[in-house]
Amino acid sequence: MVKLKDVCRHVRSKNAGPFWVTFDLFFDGPETFRDYHAHPALGPDTFHSLYGADPALVRHYPVPSLNMVKISYARSSPQGGVVERDMHCGQQFVRLLDVELG
Amino acid sequence: MLDGPIKILVPTGSLGAGAREEEVRYGISRGAHAIATDAGSTDSGAAYLALGISKNNRGSVKRDLTILMRAGADAGIPLIVGTSGQAGGDRNLDWTRDIVLEVAAELGLRPKIALLYCEQEKETLKKYNAAGKVRPLPPLGNLGDETIDACDHIVAVMGPEPYMAALASGADIILGGRTTDTAVLASFALLKGAHVGASWHAAKIAECGGQCTVSPAASAGVLISIGTDGFEVEPLSPTNRCNPDSVSAHMLYENSNPFLLTEPGGVLDVTDAIYTQRDDRTVVVTGSVWRPQPYTMKLEGAGSRRFQTVMLIGIQDPHVLADVDSFHDRLLAALYDRVHKTIGAAAGDFHISLRMYGWNAVSGDRPPPGTQAPREIGVLFVSTADSQEMASQIAKACNPYFFHFPVVMDEELPSYGFAFSPADIDRGPVYEFLLNHVVELDDPMELVRTVWIDLSLGGAA
Repeated sequence: MVKLKDVCRHVRSKNAGPFWVTFDLFFDGPETFRDYHAHPALGPDTFHSLYGADPALVRHYPVPSLNMVKISYARSSPQGGVVERDMHCGQQFVRLLDVELG
Repeated sequence: MLDGPIKILVPTGSLGAGAREEEVRYGISRGAHAIATDAGSTDSGAAYLALGISKNNRGSVKRDLTILMRAGADAGIPLIVGTSGQAGGDRNLDWTRDIVLEVAAELGLRPKIALLYCEQEKETLKKYNAAGKVRPLPPLGNLGDETIDACDHIVAVMGPEPYMAALASGADIILGGRTTDTAVLASFALLKGAHVGASWHAAKIAECGGQCTVSPAASAGVLISIGTDGFEVEPLSPTNRCNPDSVSAHMLYENSNPFLLTEPGGVLDVTDAIYTQRDDRTVVVTGSVWRPQPYTMKLEGAGSRRFQTVMLIGIQDPHVLADVDSFHDRLLAALYDRVHKTIGAAAGDFHISLRMYGWNAVSGDRPPPGTQAPREIGVLFVSTADSQEMASQIAKACNPYFFHFPVVMDEELPSYGFAFSPADIDRGPVYEFLLNHVVELDDPMELVRTVWIDLSLGGAA
């Protein structure tokens, strides 16, 4: 079973302002980008189940020239709130690495 | 426009992060026309706007300002600083102003200083809101006056226009309140007539200083050169390099959309931008497009509605580590029960969370079955309540349970490792950003106040 970490050279996550989080998935090359960047397992439902994101507020932006896709979602609770665990969301990418791309 | 490209020296990703004298010298020797840097962002949270304080210590900001003010004065070029004092509120700006005046006195400089204030009165914003001039950005909804009232401080995020006006009036040093990072870096080039799309795109690439280089740790800053149809970017460290990947990847950074960047007076569109290696160290970018739109300023407001108290323990007890999730659940239930029994309804709408460091504190989710616990874990207790006193009372009520919660019921009570006495620490208010809205304006200067301090006029410099 192929996992995200098997087909990406770099994955990162970061806050994009206080209300959004953005993930950058840099694939190994054009083939893995083509085969996996739009995979359903990287869709809104995954971001809902892993991060509690509203599926209607998950955005996908493929960037073919860089063999990468940017995925952004609105945070379920704003930065710095009562249950904040990761102010910059810089550790959130780790749970995505093991997502199975079938 | 000046002869040739406009060169902006961006010494660091953020004032106080550590400008390097040799890099600044290099940028000046390459013919820099201005030094520009931002001094903050929202990244570190709402506390800095709510409290009007910097996340940096005074000494690190003073050190950078000393390097940059001396270099700017020696070269006869302006120094442009945006989002002063981390959050760009009036208090943050005044804190930075006082450091600049101190450095000017120490160096014997007599600059003409422009201060650009953009903090907003609540009543002013309520009028704009009532006039239908305030729009929400997702995921927030329409703005109510009660939300405006809940903010401690509110800023309207400036574009380049106040900076351009101050530069045109002869400012040697500009200290701006909250501003988009890009506007601070683009303002000089826009004033001098450089390509508009290239000015904005160059500013976005350079906004974190050396972050757009191949070795971000090797360079604090970069030099951007903006011409009539594109721009170049090079590291300020001669041994570092930019390449098309390092530069184009930075357009993605901290930006929810990789192709569009919304600014106060329009949108930068880099969909068709082309990144080319010019020489070993320098990348050329063309094809950046600026699309003007009706003028808006984003509003940032910070306030606190709740308070927290924390306690911390370390656990090596193998009985606990054998089933961390079960321990967490039973302890949390016991703590809620304890508060209900000892404080009751007076505790109000309180909240307790236990962050299991070493296990799942960063995510809060359940590790897969079979995951082995490490040698020890840390447990952070966080109580949240409507007053600091109540958050503190809740922590004190939980204290004996949190430190001695039994795993094996018929043995003596354990004691988990705690490092401080008293063990509970009042953390203070929970500061949050309460606004994610824009205000529509006819004039970019409408919500900005410019104050001048002209030390060239004499007096005690």
